[in-house]
Amino acid sequence: MQKDPVTLREVVSKLSLSVQTGADKLDRKVSGGYASDLLSCVMARARKGNVWVTLQCHLNVVAVATLLELAGIIITEGATPDAATLAKASEEGVTILTTSKTTFEVVGELTDLGIQGRE
Amino acid sequence: MVTGSLQEKEIKPKQTLEVTKLQELVYELKIEQVMTKKVITVSPEDSMRHFKDVLRLNRISGAPVMSGDELVGIISIEDLIKALESGDIDALVGQRMTTNVLTVFADETVIQAVNTFGRLGFGRLPVVKRDGKLVGILTQGDIARGLLRQLEVDYHEEEIHRYRASHIFEDIVSDQTGLILRYSVKPRDFSHCGEAASKLKRALQRLGASPNTVRRIAVASYEAETNLVIHTTNGGQLTAEIQPEKIRIVAVDQGPGIPDVEQALQPGFSTAPDWIRELGFGAGMGLSNIKACSDEMSLESKPGVGTRLHMIIRL
Repeated sequence: MQKDPVTLREVVSKLSLSVQTGADKLDRKVSGGYASDLLSCVMARARKGNVWVTLQCHLNVVAVATLLELAGIIITEGATPDAATLAKASEEGVTILTTSKTTFEVVGELTDLGIQGRE
Repeated sequence: MVTGSLQEKEIKPKQTLEVTKLQELVYELKIEQVMTKKVITVSPEDSMRHFKDVLRLNRISGAPVMSGDELVGIISIEDLIKALESGDIDALVGQRMTTNVLTVFADETVIQAVNTFGRLGFGRLPVVKRDGKLVGILTQGDIARGLLRQLEVDYHEEEIHRYRASHIFEDIVSDQTGLILRYSVKPRDFSHCGEAASKLKRALQRLGASPNTVRRIAVASYEAETNLVIHTTNGGQLTAEIQPEKIRIVAVDQGPGIPDVEQALQPGFSTAPDWIRELGFGAGMGLSNIKACSDEMSLESKPGVGTRLHMIIRL
Protein backbone atom coordinates (compact mmCIF):
# COMPACT_ATOMS: atom_id res chain seq x y z
CA MET A 1 0.00 0.00 0.00
CA GLN A 2 1.37 3.39 -1.05
CA LYS A 3 1.71 5.80 1.83
CA ASP A 4 0.62 9.40 1.42
CA PRO A 5 3.54 11.75 0.71
CA VAL A 6 4.90 13.49 3.78
CA THR A 7 4.26 17.25 4.03
CA LEU A 8 6.87 19.85 4.92
CA ARG A 9 4.93 20.46 8.13
CA GLU A 10 5.53 16.89 9.27
CA VAL A 11 9.21 17.20 8.36
CA VAL A 12 9.48 20.41 10.38
CA SER A 13 7.86 18.88 13.45
CA LYS A 14 9.60 15.48 13.32
CA LEU A 15 13.06 16.96 12.77
CA SER A 16 12.46 20.01 15.02
CA LEU A 17 13.51 22.43 12.27
CA SER A 18 13.10 26.16 12.58
CA VAL A 19 11.09 27.81 9.84
CA GLN A 20 12.89 30.87 8.45
CA THR A 21 10.66 31.64 5.47
CA GLY A 22 7.59 30.22 3.76
CA ALA A 23 5.65 29.37 6.91
CA ASP A 24 2.48 29.44 4.80
CA LYS A 25 3.83 26.84 2.38
CA LEU A 26 4.23 23.99 4.88
CA ASP A 27 1.38 21.97 3.40
CA ARG A 28 3.49 21.20 0.35
CA LYS A 29 4.03 17.51 -0.28
CA VAL A 30 7.60 16.29 -0.32
CA SER A 31 8.23 14.16 -3.42
CA GLY A 32 11.71 13.06 -2.35
CA GLY A 33 15.02 14.35 -1.13
CA TYR A 34 18.42 15.42 -2.41
CA ALA A 35 21.58 16.48 -0.58
CA SER A 36 24.58 18.34 -1.97
CA ASP A 37 26.42 21.62 -1.56
CA LEU A 38 27.34 21.93 -5.22
CA LEU A 39 24.70 23.89 -7.06
CA SER A 40 25.34 22.26 -10.43
CA CYS A 41 24.79 18.82 -8.92
CA VAL A 42 21.53 20.02 -7.41
CA MET A 43 20.47 21.49 -10.76
CA ALA A 44 21.18 18.18 -12.45
CA ARG A 45 19.71 15.77 -9.93
CA ALA A 46 17.13 17.35 -7.61
CA ARG A 47 13.54 16.99 -8.75
CA LYS A 48 10.42 19.12 -8.46
CA GLY A 49 8.93 18.89 -4.98
CA ASN A 50 12.14 17.55 -3.43
CA VAL A 51 13.48 18.78 -0.15
CA TRP A 52 17.12 19.86 -0.54
CA VAL A 53 19.57 19.41 2.30
CA THR A 54 22.66 21.63 2.19
CA LEU A 55 24.89 23.84 4.27
CA GLN A 56 25.02 26.49 1.56
CA CYS A 57 23.05 29.49 2.70
CA HIS A 58 23.80 32.31 0.28
CA LEU A 59 21.39 33.96 -2.12
CA ASN A 60 21.83 31.50 -4.94
CA VAL A 61 20.19 28.59 -3.12
CA VAL A 62 16.94 30.53 -3.54
CA ALA A 63 17.47 30.82 -7.31
CA VAL A 64 18.12 27.08 -7.57
CA ALA A 65 15.11 26.18 -5.43
CA THR A 66 12.87 28.47 -7.50
CA LEU A 67 14.07 27.14 -10.83
CA LEU A 68 13.58 23.53 -9.77
CA GLU A 69 10.35 24.19 -7.84
CA LEU A 70 11.70 22.42 -4.79
CA ALA A 71 9.41 21.89 -1.81
CA GLY A 72 11.96 23.47 0.52
CA ILE A 73 15.57 23.84 1.62
CA ILE A 74 16.97 22.46 4.87
CA ILE A 75 20.14 24.34 5.85
CA THR A 76 22.28 22.31 8.25
CA GLU A 77 25.05 22.77 10.84
CA GLY A 78 23.56 25.94 12.27
CA ALA A 79 24.35 28.02 9.19
CA THR A 80 22.09 31.06 8.97
CA PRO A 81 21.13 32.79 5.73
CA ASP A 82 21.61 36.55 5.64
CA ALA A 83 18.74 39.04 5.47
CA ALA A 84 18.99 39.43 1.68
CA THR A 85 18.65 35.68 1.18
CA LEU A 86 15.66 35.48 3.52
CA ALA A 87 13.99 38.44 1.83
CA LYS A 88 14.47 36.89 -1.60
CA ALA A 89 13.16 33.54 -0.36
CA SER A 90 10.04 35.22 1.03
CA GLU A 91 9.52 37.04 -2.25
CA GLU A 92 9.84 33.84 -4.29
CA GLY A 93 7.82 31.74 -1.87
CA VAL A 94 10.73 29.43 -1.08
CA THR A 95 10.61 27.68 2.28
CA ILE A 96 13.91 27.79 4.18
CA LEU A 97 14.29 25.57 7.23
CA THR A 98 17.34 25.54 9.48
CA THR A 99 18.82 23.13 12.02
CA SER A 100 22.01 22.63 14.00
CA LYS A 101 22.11 18.97 12.94
CA THR A 102 24.55 17.75 10.30
CA THR A 103 23.49 16.94 6.75
CA PHE A 104 24.09 13.24 7.48
CA GLU A 105 21.79 13.27 10.50
CA VAL A 106 19.06 15.15 8.62
CA VAL A 107 19.14 12.77 5.66
CA GLY A 108 18.93 9.83 8.06
CA GLU A 109 15.86 11.27 9.74
CA LEU A 110 14.23 12.10 6.40
CA THR A 111 14.77 8.50 5.32
CA ASP A 112 13.10 7.32 8.54
CA LEU A 113 10.11 9.47 7.57
CA GLY A 114 9.88 7.53 4.32
CA ILE A 115 11.33 10.26 2.10
CA GLN A 116 13.46 8.72 -0.61
CA GLY A 117 16.26 9.91 -2.82
CA ARG A 118 15.61 7.66 -5.79
CA GLU A 119 14.78 9.32 -9.07
CA MET B 1 -1.97 49.60 30.33
CA VAL B 2 -3.81 50.19 27.10
CA THR B 3 -1.00 52.02 25.36
CA GLY B 4 1.41 49.20 26.11
CA SER B 5 -0.56 46.68 24.08
CA LEU B 6 -1.00 49.13 21.22
CA GLN B 7 2.70 49.68 20.96
CA GLU B 8 3.40 45.97 20.94
CA LYS B 9 1.15 45.55 17.95
CA GLU B 10 2.97 48.20 16.00
CA ILE B 11 6.37 46.64 16.58
CA LYS B 12 5.30 43.17 15.50
CA PRO B 13 5.22 43.46 11.69
CA LYS B 14 9.01 43.78 11.66
CA GLN B 15 9.42 40.17 12.78
CA THR B 16 7.34 38.77 9.96
CA LEU B 17 9.56 39.19 6.96
CA GLU B 18 7.21 37.20 4.83
CA VAL B 19 4.81 39.09 2.63
CA THR B 20 2.09 36.83 1.40
CA LYS B 21 -0.12 37.57 -1.58
CA LEU B 22 -2.94 38.50 0.79
CA GLN B 23 -0.80 40.98 2.69
CA GLU B 24 0.27 42.49 -0.59
CA LEU B 25 -3.38 42.96 -1.57
CA VAL B 26 -4.20 44.57 1.76
CA TYR B 27 -1.69 47.26 0.86
CA GLU B 28 -2.84 47.61 -2.74
CA LEU B 29 -6.64 47.50 -2.54
CA LYS B 30 -8.49 50.73 -1.82
CA ILE B 31 -11.28 50.79 0.72
CA GLU B 32 -13.74 51.97 -1.96
CA GLN B 33 -13.05 48.75 -3.88
CA VAL B 34 -14.27 46.52 -1.05
CA MET B 35 -16.81 48.62 0.89
CA THR B 36 -20.57 48.16 0.67
CA LYS B 37 -21.85 51.11 -1.35
CA LYS B 38 -25.50 50.80 -0.50
CA VAL B 39 -25.56 52.24 2.99
CA ILE B 40 -28.60 51.84 5.17
CA THR B 41 -28.85 54.80 7.50
CA VAL B 42 -31.18 56.02 10.22
CA SER B 43 -32.05 59.51 11.40
CA PRO B 44 -31.48 60.81 14.95
CA GLU B 45 -35.25 61.43 15.13
CA ASP B 46 -36.08 57.76 14.48
CA SER B 47 -37.06 55.69 17.50
CA MET B 48 -35.01 52.75 18.72
CA ARG B 49 -38.07 50.61 17.90
CA HIS B 50 -37.78 51.72 14.28
CA PHE B 51 -34.02 51.03 14.36
CA LYS B 52 -34.78 47.47 15.57
CA ASP B 53 -36.94 46.90 12.46
CA VAL B 54 -34.25 48.38 10.21
CA LEU B 55 -31.73 45.89 11.57
CA ARG B 56 -34.13 42.97 11.25
CA LEU B 57 -35.37 43.74 7.74
CA ASN B 58 -31.92 44.44 6.31
CA ARG B 59 -30.10 41.76 8.29
CA ILE B 60 -27.46 44.21 9.48
CA SER B 61 -26.05 44.89 12.93
CA GLY B 62 -25.58 48.64 12.90
CA ALA B 63 -26.01 51.82 10.86
CA PRO B 64 -24.63 55.33 10.48
CA VAL B 65 -26.92 58.08 11.72
CA MET B 66 -27.53 60.86 9.19
CA SER B 67 -29.06 64.23 9.76
CA GLY B 68 -29.74 65.31 6.18
CA ASP B 69 -26.39 65.00 4.43
CA GLU B 70 -24.38 65.07 7.60
CA LEU B 71 -23.01 62.07 9.46
CA VAL B 72 -23.87 62.76 13.08
CA GLY B 73 -23.41 59.38 14.74
CA ILE B 74 -23.33 55.62 14.55
CA ILE B 75 -25.58 53.11 16.24
CA SER B 76 -25.27 49.37 16.68
CA ILE B 77 -27.19 46.34 17.88
CA GLU B 78 -25.37 46.71 21.18
CA ASP B 79 -26.97 50.12 21.72
CA LEU B 80 -30.33 48.50 20.94
CA ILE B 81 -29.79 45.74 23.51
CA LYS B 82 -28.88 48.32 26.14
CA ALA B 83 -32.02 50.29 25.31
CA LEU B 84 -34.14 47.15 25.57
CA GLU B 85 -32.57 46.23 28.93
CA SER B 86 -33.37 49.60 30.36
CA GLY B 87 -36.91 49.54 28.92
CA ASP B 88 -36.08 52.49 26.73
CA ILE B 89 -37.15 51.11 23.35
CA ASP B 90 -39.06 54.28 22.50
CA ALA B 91 -36.02 56.52 23.03
CA LEU B 92 -34.71 58.31 19.96
CA VAL B 93 -31.70 57.09 18.02
CA GLY B 94 -30.12 60.50 18.64
CA GLN B 95 -30.15 59.84 22.38
CA ARG B 96 -28.60 56.38 22.14
CA MET B 97 -26.06 56.69 19.33
CA THR B 98 -22.31 57.16 19.57
CA THR B 99 -21.59 60.69 18.43
CA ASN B 100 -17.84 60.61 18.14
CA VAL B 101 -17.73 58.66 14.86
CA LEU B 102 -14.49 57.24 13.58
CA THR B 103 -14.46 57.10 9.78
CA VAL B 104 -12.08 55.94 7.08
CA PHE B 105 -11.45 57.59 3.72
CA ALA B 106 -12.58 55.87 0.53
CA ASP B 107 -9.19 56.33 -1.12
CA GLU B 108 -7.17 54.87 1.75
CA THR B 109 -5.81 51.36 1.42
CA VAL B 110 -7.50 48.44 3.14
CA ILE B 111 -4.58 48.12 5.56
CA GLN B 112 -5.69 51.35 7.29
CA ALA B 113 -9.08 49.82 8.03
CA VAL B 114 -7.55 46.47 9.04
CA ASN B 115 -5.41 48.31 11.59
CA THR B 116 -8.36 50.30 12.91
CA PHE B 117 -10.54 47.21 13.26
CA GLY B 118 -7.71 45.36 14.96
CA ARG B 119 -7.01 48.19 17.36
CA LEU B 120 -10.53 49.19 18.34
CA GLY B 121 -12.62 46.12 17.65
CA PHE B 122 -15.45 48.05 15.96
CA GLY B 123 -17.98 46.11 13.91
CA ARG B 124 -18.22 48.66 11.09
CA LEU B 125 -16.67 51.88 9.88
CA PRO B 126 -18.45 54.52 7.79
CA VAL B 127 -16.49 55.38 4.64
CA VAL B 128 -16.32 59.03 3.63
CA LYS B 129 -14.83 61.00 0.75
CA ARG B 130 -12.20 63.61 1.51
CA ASP B 131 -15.01 66.23 1.53
CA GLY B 132 -16.75 64.34 4.34
CA LYS B 133 -19.57 62.88 2.23
CA LEU B 134 -20.66 59.39 3.29
CA VAL B 135 -20.13 56.96 0.39
CA GLY B 136 -20.11 53.51 1.96
CA ILE B 137 -19.82 51.27 4.96
CA LEU B 138 -17.10 48.79 5.73
CA THR B 139 -17.17 45.64 7.85
CA GLN B 140 -14.48 42.99 8.31
CA GLY B 141 -16.68 40.74 6.17
CA ASP B 142 -16.47 43.28 3.32
CA ILE B 143 -12.68 43.15 3.56
CA ALA B 144 -12.59 39.33 3.47
CA ARG B 145 -14.95 39.22 0.48
CA GLY B 146 -13.01 41.95 -1.33
CA LEU B 147 -9.70 40.13 -0.87
CA LEU B 148 -11.13 36.85 -2.11
CA ARG B 149 -12.64 38.58 -5.14
CA GLN B 150 -9.31 40.23 -5.98
CA LEU B 151 -7.40 36.96 -5.60
CA GLU B 152 -9.77 35.42 -8.08
CA VAL B 153 -9.32 38.33 -10.51
CA ASP B 154 -5.53 38.01 -10.28
CA TYR B 155 -5.80 34.29 -10.89
CA HIS B 156 -7.96 34.80 -13.97
CA GLU B 157 -5.58 37.43 -15.34
CA GLU B 158 -2.70 34.98 -15.08
CA GLU B 159 -4.83 32.40 -16.90
CA ILE B 160 -5.63 34.89 -19.65
CA HIS B 161 -1.92 35.77 -19.98
CA ARG B 162 -1.18 32.10 -20.33
CA TYR B 163 -3.91 31.53 -22.85
CA ARG B 164 -2.84 34.46 -25.02
CA ALA B 165 0.83 33.55 -24.84
CA SER B 166 0.28 29.88 -25.61
CA HIS B 167 -1.60 30.77 -28.80
CA ILE B 168 0.93 33.26 -30.11
CA PHE B 169 2.28 30.85 -32.70
CA GLU B 170 -1.20 30.14 -34.03
CA ASP B 171 -2.26 33.79 -33.96
CA ILE B 172 0.79 35.21 -35.66
CA VAL B 173 1.53 33.49 -38.92
CA SER B 174 4.71 33.74 -40.96
CA ASP B 175 6.96 31.32 -42.81
CA GLN B 176 9.14 31.14 -39.77
CA THR B 177 7.85 32.70 -36.55
CA GLY B 178 10.27 33.11 -33.69
CA LEU B 179 10.17 34.92 -30.40
CA ILE B 180 13.49 36.30 -29.19
CA LEU B 181 14.17 36.98 -25.53
CA ARG B 182 17.45 38.69 -24.64
CA TYR B 183 18.93 38.98 -21.18
CA SER B 184 22.04 40.93 -20.19
CA VAL B 185 24.12 39.22 -17.53
CA LYS B 186 26.55 41.22 -15.41
CA PRO B 187 29.88 39.77 -14.27
CA ARG B 188 30.28 38.76 -10.57
CA ASP B 189 26.71 39.81 -9.80
CA PHE B 190 25.83 36.77 -7.70
CA SER B 191 22.81 38.39 -6.12
CA HIS B 192 21.01 38.44 -9.48
CA CYS B 193 22.45 35.22 -10.80
CA GLY B 194 19.63 32.94 -11.92
CA GLU B 195 17.19 35.74 -12.71
CA ALA B 196 17.54 35.48 -16.48
CA ALA B 197 16.91 31.74 -16.25
CA SER B 198 13.90 32.38 -13.99
CA LYS B 199 12.40 34.89 -16.41
CA LEU B 200 12.95 32.59 -19.35
CA LYS B 201 11.36 29.74 -17.44
CA ARG B 202 8.29 31.81 -16.65
CA ALA B 203 7.98 32.88 -20.29
CA LEU B 204 8.09 29.26 -21.42
CA GLN B 205 5.47 28.24 -18.88
CA ARG B 206 3.17 30.93 -20.23
CA LEU B 207 3.84 29.76 -23.74
CA GLY B 208 2.59 26.37 -22.65
CA ALA B 209 5.84 24.36 -22.92
CA SER B 210 5.73 20.95 -21.24
CA PRO B 211 7.08 20.74 -17.68
CA ASN B 212 9.91 18.46 -18.82
CA THR B 213 11.01 20.89 -21.53
CA VAL B 214 10.77 23.81 -19.13
CA ARG B 215 12.97 21.96 -16.67
CA ARG B 216 15.65 21.17 -19.25
CA ILE B 217 15.74 24.77 -20.43
CA ALA B 218 15.76 26.09 -16.87
CA VAL B 219 18.79 23.96 -15.98
CA ALA B 220 20.67 24.70 -19.22
CA SER B 221 20.02 28.45 -19.14
CA TYR B 222 20.85 28.65 -15.43
CA GLU B 223 24.23 27.02 -16.04
CA ALA B 224 24.93 29.28 -19.01
CA GLU B 225 23.95 32.35 -17.01
CA THR B 226 26.11 31.24 -14.08
CA ASN B 227 29.09 30.84 -16.39
CA LEU B 228 28.65 34.40 -17.62
CA VAL B 229 28.49 35.66 -14.02
CA ILE B 230 31.50 33.69 -12.78
CA HIS B 231 33.92 33.69 -15.69
CA THR B 232 33.45 36.65 -18.01
CA THR B 233 35.39 39.90 -17.99
CA ASN B 234 32.45 42.14 -18.82
CA GLY B 235 29.44 39.89 -18.55
CA GLY B 236 27.53 38.71 -21.57
CA GLN B 237 24.22 38.12 -23.25
CA LEU B 238 21.85 35.23 -22.97
CA THR B 239 19.47 34.94 -25.89
CA ALA B 240 16.63 32.51 -26.31
CA GLU B 241 14.93 32.15 -29.67
CA ILE B 242 11.64 30.34 -29.27
CA GLN B 243 10.21 28.70 -32.37
CA PRO B 244 7.17 26.45 -32.63
CA GLU B 245 9.32 23.31 -32.83
CA LYS B 246 12.51 24.20 -31.01
CA ILE B 247 14.28 26.63 -28.72
CA ARG B 248 17.74 27.94 -29.47
CA ILE B 249 19.71 29.41 -26.59
CA VAL B 250 22.92 31.32 -27.18
CA ALA B 251 25.26 32.68 -24.51
CA VAL B 252 27.84 35.12 -25.83
CA ASP B 253 30.62 37.03 -24.10
CA GLN B 254 33.65 39.10 -25.07
CA GLY B 255 36.28 37.39 -23.00
CA PRO B 256 38.46 36.13 -21.55
CA GLY B 257 37.86 33.02 -23.71
CA ILE B 258 38.61 29.36 -23.01
CA PRO B 259 42.15 28.13 -23.88
CA ASP B 260 41.20 24.43 -24.18
CA VAL B 261 37.58 23.84 -25.13
CA GLU B 262 37.91 20.01 -25.13
CA GLN B 263 39.19 20.08 -21.57
CA ALA B 264 36.48 22.51 -20.44
CA LEU B 265 33.83 20.09 -21.67
CA GLN B 266 35.14 17.24 -19.48
CA PRO B 267 32.74 16.57 -16.58
CA GLY B 268 34.31 17.75 -13.34
CA PHE B 269 36.93 19.98 -14.96
CA SER B 270 36.93 23.23 -13.04
CA THR B 271 38.99 26.39 -12.90
CA ALA B 272 37.06 27.81 -9.99
CA PRO B 273 39.01 29.51 -7.21
CA ASP B 274 38.19 28.63 -3.59
CA TRP B 275 35.88 31.57 -2.98
CA ILE B 276 33.70 30.51 -5.91
CA ARG B 277 33.63 26.92 -4.63
CA GLU B 278 32.60 28.13 -1.21
CA LEU B 279 29.50 29.61 -2.80
CA GLY B 280 28.66 26.16 -4.14
CA PHE B 281 29.68 26.92 -7.71
CA GLY B 282 32.61 25.47 -9.60
CA ALA B 283 31.68 21.79 -9.51
CA GLY B 284 32.88 21.48 -13.07
CA MET B 285 29.48 20.14 -14.08
CA GLY B 286 27.98 23.24 -15.71
CA LEU B 287 28.78 22.42 -19.32
CA SER B 288 27.98 18.73 -18.74
CA ASN B 289 24.58 19.71 -17.39
CA ILE B 290 23.96 21.88 -20.43
CA LYS B 291 24.96 19.03 -22.73
CA ALA B 292 22.69 16.59 -20.88
CA CYS B 293 19.74 18.97 -21.14
CA SER B 294 20.04 19.97 -24.78
CA ASP B 295 19.55 18.09 -28.03
CA GLU B 296 22.43 19.90 -29.71
CA MET B 297 25.22 21.86 -28.15
CA SER B 298 28.35 23.58 -29.39
CA LEU B 299 31.00 25.67 -27.73
CA GLU B 300 33.34 27.98 -29.62
CA SER B 301 35.95 30.08 -27.91
CA LYS B 302 39.05 32.11 -28.62
CA PRO B 303 41.26 33.42 -25.83
CA GLY B 304 41.25 37.19 -25.85
CA VAL B 305 38.16 37.32 -28.07
CA GLY B 306 35.29 35.58 -26.36
CA THR B 307 33.06 32.54 -26.10
CA ARG B 308 29.87 31.49 -27.82
CA LEU B 309 27.79 28.69 -26.38
CA HIS B 310 24.98 27.43 -28.55
CA MET B 311 22.29 24.93 -27.62
CA ILE B 312 19.09 23.64 -29.14
CA ILE B 313 16.24 22.00 -27.31
CA ARG B 314 13.55 20.47 -29.49
CA LEU B 315 9.97 20.75 -28.34
